[in-house]
Amino acid sequence: MRHLMNPLDFSVEELDRLFDLANRIEKDPAKYAHACDGKKLATCFYEPSTRTRLSFEAAMLNLGGQVLGFSDAGSSSAAKGESVSDTIRIVSCYADICAMRHPKEGAPMVAAERSGIPVINAGDGGHQHPTQTLTDLLTIRSLKGKLGGFTIGLCGDLKFGRTVHSLINALVRYPDIHFIFISPGELKVPDYITDMLTERGISYKEVIRLEDCMPELDLLYMTRVQKERFFNEEDYVRLKDFYILDKSKLSAAKEDMLVLHPLPRVNEISVEVDDDPRAVYFKQAQYGVYVRMALILTLLGIES
Amino acid sequence: MLNVGKIEEGFVLDHIEAGKSLEIYHHLKLDKLDCTVAIIKNARSNKMGKKDILKVECDIDTLNLDILAVIDHNITVNVIKDGEIVDKKELVLPREIHNVLKCRNPRCITSIEQELPHIFVLADEEKEIYRCKYCEEKAGNSSTW
Repeated sequence: MRHLMNPLDFSVEELDRLFDLANRIEKDPAKYAHACDGKKLATCFYEPSTRTRLSFEAAMLNLGGQVLGFSDAGSSSAAKGESVSDTIRIVSCYADICAMRHPKEGAPMVAAERSGIPVINAGDGGHQHPTQTLTDLLTIRSLKGKLGGFTIGLCGDLKFGRTVHSLINALVRYPDIHFIFISPGELKVPDYITDMLTERGISYKEVIRLEDCMPELDLLYMTRVQKERFFNEEDYVRLKDFYILDKSKLSAAKEDMLVLHPLPRVNEISVEVDDDPRAVYFKQAQYGVYVRMALILTLLGIES
Repeated sequence: MLNVGKIEEGFVLDHIEAGKSLEIYHHLKLDKLDCTVAIIKNARSNKMGKKDILKVECDIDTLNLDILAVIDHNITVNVIKDGEIVDKKELVLPREIHNVLKCRNPRCITSIEQELPHIFVLADEEKEIYRCKYCEEKAGNSSTW
């Protein structure tokens, strides 16, 4: 049985097949409207995440399946002290596939080890969020026509931002990618990532100001400074407004550059940017549904 | 020079980095064994300058070689029978170690689910880096013996 814990669980070839399937779904969603008739997705969300949970639920409903689950630990048996291991054994009796989000790192892996059904990691603390990475990759591949051969700027919280770490790890498997890390000193990308890039001979540079690299970028990946990743409120308040992308900064960018964001944004992208054709973060959310549909079909062995 | 007699049955851990013998004594739980143990510190060594040696008069099977390999796989393990070396055990870094290191990452699932084993996986053999199987925290940063 296959699970998804980490975006690297799938080889580049497997990801290509997954993305091809997602693009087929995008072109002809009606063809897949009953692909999961009679199947159930359990969404076990131990911490609130409206966007990811709704995306999973929309994906299953689009495939003709049904959904059940809980949306915070307080409304689950976890509040009574039940372990993840016990919960997944029970959920395995009720559903065909499970998407799990948990504030503790590694919880979905614990579930996968004891589960009778495929488990998808829907985010575990600051550790992994593989379906966000698959969403990012599918968006880039669909809108740029390729994965590889570009300069990508990653901006904001590069220290705690798990989506950024996962995306970098996934992108290094593709050829000819140049990374530009844009962050304040306190939120720099961790050393183990820059060490890995150096070891693999992948070029990167670190800058503090977005304006210093905008004209070079083919892709700009913006991130939110997340309050929940800070132990210290003062640090959060000091750093949360460090970067704001507005029309004037965007004017220096290439005409075909794409702006991505895992969402939700707070104020790091000004709303005046939303109508710019380069702003694709809402399209990205749509691709998130397609890639989750493709993933459910793949893990259930219905189509690959 | 201090002279410690040879043992008849047991094992000798040689080429321990000077000063590390007591740490190893505790990690291997030799204090729990009811047998003769000699701890030799700062012995002269051609290869290392100074080294520690542990001589233990009990069955080699009581020794957890995985723990020893994780502590320092350059240690030489000599198996002694009838006062002679009959075997030298090679220490190999184990792919996984169970309940030897404890993950101290407060965000790890093992921090709240007490029944879970603490499993560390060899992530980089060359650099001898182990990571928690669940949260991928590097051993040494927030893990303890």
